[in-house]
Amino acid sequence: MDVNEQVVSGEQMLKEQSSKPIKIKLLTKSTIAIRITLLALAFLTVYAFFSFDYKEIDFGEAMLATFANIKAMFFEAHFNHFTFTHALYQVLITLGLAFLTTIFGAVIAVFLGLLAAENLTSKRVSAGIKGIVAFIRAVPTVLWVLIFAVAAGLGSVAAVIGMTFHSVSYLVKAYSESFEELDNGVIEALQSSGASFWQIIFQAVIPSSLTYMISWTFLRFEINFAVAVAMGAAAGAGGIGFDMFMASNFYLDIREIGTITYFILAIAILLEVFATKFKKKLRVNG
Amino acid sequence: MQADFFARKRKNSLGFFGILVAITVGAIVITEYDIVKGFESLPRAVTWALGNFYPTQESLVKFPDILSSLIETLLVSIAATSIGAVFALFFAIMGSNTTRVNAFFGSISRVIATLFRNIDVAAWALILLFSFGQSSLTGYFALFFGSFGFLTRAFVETIDEVSGGSVEALRATGANYASIIFQSVIPSSVPQMLSWVLFMIETNIRSATLIGLLTGSGIGFTFNLYYKSLNYDIASLVVVTIIVSILLIESISNYVRRVIL
Repeated sequence: MDVNEQVVSGEQMLKEQSSKPIKIKLLTKSTIAIRITLLALAFLTVYAFFSFDYKEIDFGEAMLATFANIKAMFFEAHFNHFTFTHALYQVLITLGLAFLTTIFGAVIAVFLGLLAAENLTSKRVSAGIKGIVAFIRAVPTVLWVLIFAVAAGLGSVAAVIGMTFHSVSYLVKAYSESFEELDNGVIEALQSSGASFWQIIFQAVIPSSLTYMISWTFLRFEINFAVAVAMGAAAGAGGIGFDMFMASNFYLDIREIGTITYFILAIAILLEVFATKFKKKLRVNG
Repeated sequence: MQADFFARKRKNSLGFFGILVAITVGAIVITEYDIVKGFESLPRAVTWALGNFYPTQESLVKFPDILSSLIETLLVSIAATSIGAVFALFFAIMGSNTTRVNAFFGSISRVIATLFRNIDVAAWALILLFSFGQSSLTGYFALFFGSFGFLTRAFVETIDEVSGGSVEALRATGANYASIIFQSVIPSSVPQMLSWVLFMIETNIRSATLIGLLTGSGIGFTFNLYYKSLNYDIASLVVVTIIVSILLIESISNYVRRVIL
């Protein structure tokens, strides 16, 4: 009897539950923010598809043409307007542009990064540098290059200086964040033992964040390679990107673009593999 | 012993810097970079920019046109990122070591993502230009491919980082694959993934400018038009609108990131 009653009351409880569901998910601020962001993105995406300027392109036809193009590009790649050695030389130029940009950027960024780290300078200096850097980052690289091209003429000088601007702003952010991770006690201990500012920097700050700095710099080198290809195409910086632009816009030769794409892919994947190996080695040593 | 250590350390770092200097010199030679001209042109660029590169009263007439092409570019980048994210989510679940169906599909989806990631958006734009011409779709697909490749890699790392233990726990209780994915993996990695998506939108707006220059659409085309016709005042107005929009979107996404993470 007792048992039966309990069963009944249990069923009643279930019924009550089903008619009045328990709120499991609490609507916290973060879940609301996630939902609003997702909804906004979905809405903007749908709106974007309605507002696109399609220019009377038959979508299906263009898709088929793209697939045919990609097939021709990758399976029938050939050399037409240049040779293998020429392409290799152009790739080297692009790599050289990326390297110069990264080195110049890194050297400038170390000093600005030290100034931008809150624990090494005052809050006001740090905020000032960070603000300038955010402003530099907001201008797309290609616009920096084109703006410098007016004064320096199209070519490697404008490309390197324009690209360096962006590298500096990127690396300052990365470096200063890794400098700020340094324990304050270390700096205090060195200060109390009478070490000068530069001694603190070179004996404590830079050695402790060297691993981070190297891996960020190498990451930037990988990015700069892609940027250098793009600058060759868009801003006359030379290198493999320029050949690609010519093949696309003047010779209309999709198969040659295929060859160039193979070159770019090979370098990019090589750099990625090297970076992964390098990071592993650094982690073992560090 | 100690002297030996310092001597070796010094030798190592000297060797490292020597290699760096050698590569730098090689790069300077091969790119025909003129150092003197580089230093010289910096102050020249600044004086030129201060003298010519600012918006004037007359250039404000073009502001509505600039705004409409800016909005077009913004919409293209947002649409490309969110559709790219949907595809990337699928491929990341297939490619992640914790959630993949089997090793074969796992490596296939990783290879596809690597291919898409390593071909730069500028290259995609030039390839797509053949079939889509000067429409928004060229930029859209170029950004879509690039975002898809990058986000797949980011999502794989997020899934591996966030949900290793919980997947194992759910599997032990006998939950099926779908409920593991939808009840554990996706909910626990959504904040991280959203943060990556916001980062990608910021990057894509900058890339969209470049693609616009190459393919003749959006804000990049507008800039190029006035830049090539030497209307620097209007071109600078374009740059200012780009800066304002990027800083605005950065602050929105920084706010969202602070709330959700």
